[in-house]
Amino acid sequence: MAEKQATREAYGKALVSLGAENPDVVVLDADLSKSTKTADFAKHYPERFFNMGVAEQNLMGTAAGLAAAGKIPFASTFAIFATGRAFEQIRNSIAYPELNVKIAATHAGITVGEDGSSHQAVEDVAVMRSIPNMTVLVPADGEETRQVIKAAAQYKGPVYIRMGRLDVPLLFGEDYHFEIGKANILRDGTDAAIMANGTMVAIAVEAAEELLATGIKVSVVNVASVKPLDVSTIIQVAQRTKAVVSAEEHNIIGGLGSAIAEVLAENAPTPMVRVGISDTFGESGRPQELMEKYGLTKASLIEAVHKVLIRKKK
Amino acid sequence: MRIGELKLTANIIRQNIIKMLIPAKSGHPGGSLSAADILATLYFQVMRVNPQEPNWPERDRFVLCKGHAAPVLYAALAEKGYFPKEELLGLRQTGRMLQGHPDMKKTPGVDMSTGSLGQGLSAANGMALAGRLDGKDYRVYALLGDGEMGEGQVWEAGMAAAHYKLDNLTAIIDYNGLQIDGRTDDVMSSAPLSAKWQAFGWHVIEADGHDIKKLMAAFEEAQKVQGKPTMLIARTIKGKGVSFMENQAGWHGNAPNAEQSEQALKDLKEEAANLG
Repeated sequence: MAEKQATREAYGKALVSLGAENPDVVVLDADLSKSTKTADFAKHYPERFFNMGVAEQNLMGTAAGLAAAGKIPFASTFAIFATGRAFEQIRNSIAYPELNVKIAATHAGITVGEDGSSHQAVEDVAVMRSIPNMTVLVPADGEETRQVIKAAAQYKGPVYIRMGRLDVPLLFGEDYHFEIGKANILRDGTDAAIMANGTMVAIAVEAAEELLATGIKVSVVNVASVKPLDVSTIIQVAQRTKAVVSAEEHNIIGGLGSAIAEVLAENAPTPMVRVGISDTFGESGRPQELMEKYGLTKASLIEAVHKVLIRKKK
Repeated sequence: MRIGELKLTANIIRQNIIKMLIPAKSGHPGGSLSAADILATLYFQVMRVNPQEPNWPERDRFVLCKGHAAPVLYAALAEKGYFPKEELLGLRQTGRMLQGHPDMKKTPGVDMSTGSLGQGLSAANGMALAGRLDGKDYRVYALLGDGEMGEGQVWEAGMAAAHYKLDNLTAIIDYNGLQIDGRTDDVMSSAPLSAKWQAFGWHVIEADGHDIKKLMAAFEEAQKVQGKPTMLIARTIKGKGVSFMENQAGWHGNAPNAEQSEQALKDLKEEAANLG
């Protein structure tokens, strides 16, 4: 079994090094710093850490004000509260004036597990993606998170970063290169392509390996940058494989699958199957069991590839 | 500036509020007129700003939390020289810089984009925190409406400003007692405002929001307060200075027609003559 690390864990570590590199970096949290892992930053740089208590709207508004005065605020809480409770603050106080706030949200998706649906954001990418000026990034592992945090800090403007609670396999080494607006082709195959992000990338790689053993060559594309989307890579891979499966731990409405479908429908119509949460709320349970129950597994990706291959042949 | 000059400046701001709403054919006169003395005092007496360098890092900041009162801010900024007064006549029109609600990207001198009520005070808190972190001595001013007290975020921000002891922050409530649907006491009472803000840990000052001398004294007092943010509850008259608009909730968000504008400007010019 590969070594594992939660993306939130990597975020906490990345923040501490960022704090050392850049004195303008400040961090805000809403009484969840032990869970979002901003507590480490708070320990190292207490004067640059602001706990806002259980008040997400004020958290986002305060971050906007800090950014307006030249700081680079990372505003952290769970994805559901960041993008749900404080949606309009993000929209009007951060994105509209294009302020340099990084909304670093953890505990996205159903892998929140036992806390249940009230805490499981399955629509955050959809709502963030629809806001003008917003960049949306969904890292897949610890190393990519580290690079995403660094890139977000260097980029001037609002960024939404979606991270998870659960330990996920470490996929990338330091030679990996993340760039805003670029997708990464992890496996090359001409029969079909799985385009995934977040927790689904490791599962997509496993599915591709199992399919390869049965003679089906599948490309795996890591689309960590949902917005801006790497349109040319997506079109190129779709044209080469002529069969696309999208995979995300998010509602199939409005997220990565939708973003890819939008691009393909307009530029390169391609048979496609979207794997994600099928427009339903989650529930309490062990994360792995929920991933199985809601169809976010290697088996469901393999099934989706077979399905899309039938349509490709027609 | 002498008090007489400040009164005259407030009068000019009021006249320009009316003048800009005529071509716009929409906008919010009531809450703009009620805040004119407060903005004249801030921009022409209290605040350290430089219209030649709107983003001067050392400047005092102003956040118009009640963003619908944009006309009073625009009139004050134009009067101060941030942009040519001719721009005022482009209010709310396509392709022009003066948006219906303040836009910091489009308008020089606007320190924060606002318009959705309840959000401004949080941003002011963020600016005050940043100023303290940077060891700068600039102050942050935020103007809220009394109807705006209905927004929960105001109280989140109120709690946080006291928690972080933001004594470089002065907030003002333009307490005109009216909101869109009628009297604030009938629609959603925020009383007792003073006791609420005191309970939230703020230094509270109550003053007549049309008495420039008292406003100046209040801002001076706020600057001396240590370890607490200050809330200035400024008692005002919605529509102040225009006879038929005073204390009328109906003038919250309606522009006067040609005849009404003429009357409004006549009222204001008479006032100016008496001041002179």
